Amino acid sequence: MSKRNSISLKNGLAAAALAVAATGFYGCDNSTSQNTLPIYGEREPVERTVNGETVVDTIYHQIPDFAFVDQDSQRVTQETVAGKIYVTDFFFTTCPTICPKMKTQMLRVYEAYKDNPNVMLLSHSIDPAHDTVAVLRDYADRLEIETEKWHLLTGDKDSIYDIAMKYLVPAQEDEAVEGGFTHGGHFILVDGERYIRGIYDGTKEESVDKLIQDIPLLLNEKKDEKK
Amino acid sequence: MVAMGAFALTTLTQCFTRKKDEGKRLYEQHCQSCHMEDGSGLKGLIPPLAQADYLQTHRDELPCIIRHGMDGSVVVNGVEYNKEMPGVENLREDHITNLLNYIQTNFDNNNERYTMQEVEKLLEECPPHR
Repeated sequence: MSKRNSISLKNGLAAAALAVAATGFYGCDNSTSQNTLPIYGEREPVERTVNGETVVDTIYHQIPDFAFVDQDSQRVTQETVAGKIYVTDFFFTTCPTICPKMKTQMLRVYEAYKDNPNVMLLSHSIDPAHDTVAVLRDYADRLEIETEKWHLLTGDKDSIYDIAMKYLVPAQEDEAVEGGFTHGGHFILVDGERYIRGIYDGTKEESVDKLIQDIPLLLNEKKDEKK
Repeated sequence: MVAMGAFALTTLTQCFTRKKDEGKRLYEQHCQSCHMEDGSGLKGLIPPLAQADYLQTHRDELPCIIRHGMDGSVVVNGVEYNKEMPGVENLREDHITNLLNYIQTNFDNNNERYTMQEVEKLLEECPPHR
């Protein structure tokens, strides 16, 4: 009990420090700081000429096109998530370490946004050789989840590991560890343009609370664009 | 002399306290990532330990299940589960006793505890592979 308290206290302090830092950072910005989420990943400035003047654009890190297969044998590509907000993670069904906890937390996100068609979940298996469509189908049935909302993905192994890197999530095969793979327990929040807008610890309830609170910020952004 | 006595007493008490917490410690180390902090398991994938009928109906098999794991279909509180559970081969008889007693008396469970003799006897059915 005391251990738990000290951990949450530490997190609380870290969050407070972050909040202070964020206030300082956004202090000179006119935009409403609490209502926007940052864009993660590397960015590069690109110069172009408009009406004889040089304009510098920033190119943000964007998730490339992809094609995987879900628990219903349907192809899932960038088209599937076009214009939608999605949360993604990496796991494998036989994972004995962090995955059950991650799935417990992802279920919370699922429950929170079950009725919102603009929010989707994509969970990639990093053990596609074992996690076939049939295995994922069984897993989904046992979690009692709707495919349309939460796609469990399998496919070409190299493509999955490549896209993990694009989502900034470490994943690799490692025979030395329990289960045979190491991977980050991150939940990545991606916007309708496939920019990374949030990185959370999918094994920690507090971090997933933050994710659940952040999603409406992106949903509002989308609404503003439409106006 | 008094100081030494006090020291010995403190050490002994600590020893007992550590022993008392051993079941919890082992649970956190070997079981919690799947069966969860509160013993709730994961939907239809990982069976709960909290108020699980299986803990009483299969009481005599539990020591061997912890040692060698289990495989195949299992029904807990009326729900079918089918996911391999890895065993923990290197746990000693006293470890298994403490771990089981922790499970049997926490998560709102109020089941009979094991004696170490009982666990030793039950483990004779499934000697370590190594």
